Amino acid sequence: MSKEWKPRLVAFFCNWCTYTAADLAGVSRLKYAPNVRVIRLMCSGRIDPQFILEALTKGADGVLIGGCHPNDCHYVEGNYKMLRRFQLLKRMLGDMGIEPERVRLEWISAAEGEKVRRVVNEMTEQIANLGPLGMPGRFAEWDREVESLAAQIEAREGGGCGCGSSGAETAEKEVAHV
Amino acid sequence: MAKQEQEVRIGFYVCHCGTNIAAMVDCPEVAQFVGTLPGVVLSKDYKYMCSDPGQELIQQDIREHRLNRVVVASCSPLLHEPTFRSATEKGGLNQFYFHMVNIREHDSWVHTDRAEATSKAKALAQAAVHRVAHHKPLETKRVSINPTTLVVGAGIAGIHAAMTIANSGKKVILVEREPTIGGHMAKFDKTFPTLDCAACILTPKMSDVGSHENIQVLSYSEVTKVDGFVGNYTVTVKRKPRYIDEEACIGCQDCIPACVFKQPKFADEFNEGLGKRRPVYIPFPQATPQIVAIDPNTCLNFKKGEDGGRVVSDKCKKTCVEACGDKNAIDFTQVERIEEYEVGSVIVATGFQTFDARRAPAYGYGRFPNVYTSLEIERLVNASGPTGGHVVMRDGKSEPRSVGIIHCVGSRDKKTNVWCSRVCCMYSMKLAHLLKEHTGAEIYNFYIDVRTPGKGYEEFYNKLLDEGVHFIRGRVGEVTDWAMTPDEEGKLVIRVEDTLAGYVRRIPVDMVVLATGLEPQQDAQDVRRMFNMSCGSEGFFLERHPKLAPVNTFNDGIYIAGACQGPKDIPDTVAQAGAAAAEVLALIDKGFVEQEPNTAFILEDECSGCKSCIPLCPYTAILFDEGKGRAYINEALCKGCGTCVGSCPSGSIVQNLFDDEEIFSEIEGVLAYE
Repeated sequence: MSKEWKPRLVAFFCNWCTYTAADLAGVSRLKYAPNVRVIRLMCSGRIDPQFILEALTKGADGVLIGGCHPNDCHYVEGNYKMLRRFQLLKRMLGDMGIEPERVRLEWISAAEGEKVRRVVNEMTEQIANLGPLGMPGRFAEWDREVESLAAQIEAREGGGCGCGSSGAETAEKEVAHV
Repeated sequence: MAKQEQEVRIGFYVCHCGTNIAAMVDCPEVAQFVGTLPGVVLSKDYKYMCSDPGQELIQQDIREHRLNRVVVASCSPLLHEPTFRSATEKGGLNQFYFHMVNIREHDSWVHTDRAEATSKAKALAQAAVHRVAHHKPLETKRVSINPTTLVVGAGIAGIHAAMTIANSGKKVILVEREPTIGGHMAKFDKTFPTLDCAACILTPKMSDVGSHENIQVLSYSEVTKVDGFVGNYTVTVKRKPRYIDEEACIGCQDCIPACVFKQPKFADEFNEGLGKRRPVYIPFPQATPQIVAIDPNTCLNFKKGEDGGRVVSDKCKKTCVEACGDKNAIDFTQVERIEEYEVGSVIVATGFQTFDARRAPAYGYGRFPNVYTSLEIERLVNASGPTGGHVVMRDGKSEPRSVGIIHCVGSRDKKTNVWCSRVCCMYSMKLAHLLKEHTGAEIYNFYIDVRTPGKGYEEFYNKLLDEGVHFIRGRVGEVTDWAMTPDEEGKLVIRVEDTLAGYVRRIPVDMVVLATGLEPQQDAQDVRRMFNMSCGSEGFFLERHPKLAPVNTFNDGIYIAGACQGPKDIPDTVAQAGAAAAEVLALIDKGFVEQEPNTAFILEDECSGCKSCIPLCPYTAILFDEGKGRAYINEALCKGCGTCVGSCPSGSIVQNLFDDEEIFSEIEGVLAYE
């Protein structure tokens, strides 16, 4: 973090509503924070919770999901499916110690360019206040910890004959730590 | 499979879009950065990628540099993805080896910091470069187009669109929820600025529609359900009972005077309640189809049923049936019928409703009898209206000697509707002219701005000024019957700040006309959902592009025309209806559409047979093969939402164009750039 830290948001937008709304925001020349990177999907129902976890793991400080308003899904009910997964995921993220504000689900219709602007700005500000999530850094730290533990064990066993058992032990420790 | 192993050679292009992008994003820098990414063999910036030379550039580079992937960073894929896909294909590649990056709508147009915007463009470009490496060659699916068209709403927009299509020899089903076609225009007296009579130009068209061999008019009917996709829609239509056998009725109207109600006594909807009708009625003399209707809410042969609806009581003498005689057209046993139609495309022309003047209580509509809405005045000055064109006030005899017309009632008002309804200035002036012509009254127009953008409109305004119609600039504060001076006694006093004269005035008049604005139909949201369209923030249907696709919607094969898209006058409505008809004819004549191949399929070897995807599919496209113990997807039914893909626990469902590999690499790419 040598450079000044700025929040990075990954957004998954439904092609039919929020993505179009973001286009509308552009056409209307609304101005909002440049921290969001949009990934287009055909429906918010396509969003696998893994996408969100992957984004956080790879360095996003927050994830925004934009879907059609209830009752308005282009594919009947994909947005409800997303909502269900979202609720479960949110609980899980809490257990993992990730602040719930980092992942946000919004219903934004194709006409609501203004809402895109508001939500992105709000979320950018919120995440800026929370500070970096820094998952890649944390992973690197954990890796180093594990490595040093492995090295310690290696040293303690002093190159004895029990290579197989020490290997197994390390693996066990790794698992326990993660 | 071997082909996929081949080395990835990506060509990257960043578009300046004139200065639209280049002013906020450093395009050469983006190109230079992307050029350093693995897999990218060439990276260029160019002024207009969508231009012919821009597309030619892609094609040439594909051939010369043996590119096998193409990425263009420019505007929204919703605008130019087809353009670049086709350029990719012309260059000799499968069109789905292309990916587009949106750095205009999502970047240069919405940000103010050039360095930030440039970084964002780089991140998005890197994501696309990562993603496109995983793209697979796909084939579009050709779907044939059913040549029958559904037109919803038979006002002037629906009528014109239906006629245009039918005249080319294609079948049209025209659905109208009222007993007659004609819509709002049928109620108007004259049309601005030419002052030709609305009925004279509309009713011949109406009867042409009614008798056209290619048009099937379903009046007094509503669309209740739409299934399918472009080219092949199944539409469910509810035929409301009019208690008349449409085949048997010859339109003689003998039943109307024969009704047991000797005098018409029920409010006549067509005349905005100013006239009266019997329970058996025809909305107006030139109604199409020329078939009467029986209103079960007022007819004596009906009573209140147990569920609150109307049921036949058989208590009436049924003199109408006697009058009908051996034609036997009256059928009290009729019930609602549900019919299904197969169509290929749909034009939605459901029109507008006028603003309810009661929502602007300061103007006293509903409190003071002589406050009218503009539509009521249209009927009042109409020769076939309730008074035969004689302008009298609610007492039924006195003519107004002064009339105040208040503009922008329910338009340009933060408390109600913020938009300009576009037609009110012109129709107010038309009504001013007609009222003056009919009664010789002094006419005062109270306006915020006079808006007359249209052929001959400004000239019409000048004509009115010459005729001595008064124009007072100012939004009216209130209409009151509280007299302060003897000459205000018994009059309606309009209180207004005359912003040109610079003082508050009180103007006593006999009659007040409220120029009510246009707003979306009450059930516009339901209609929107049914046809899978979008609405703008004001509730009018949203066009695909405000300039380049004004009659298209985001749903292929569904077009919009007329005031359901936004307030507009008759010339614009007709022009738009013609445009929608042309779009439909282009679709029909082409005969097929290419469908995006973003459907999903199941990897049989990996499916665990858990069946969790099956109930998720809204189109019941997923089936279970009991023999194999695996699920499979019927590609013809799949619409490509990806819901099943996102929920498959074993990751064995793949969505074309949006498979896991592609999306994960996009996530990784978008975050790879700091």
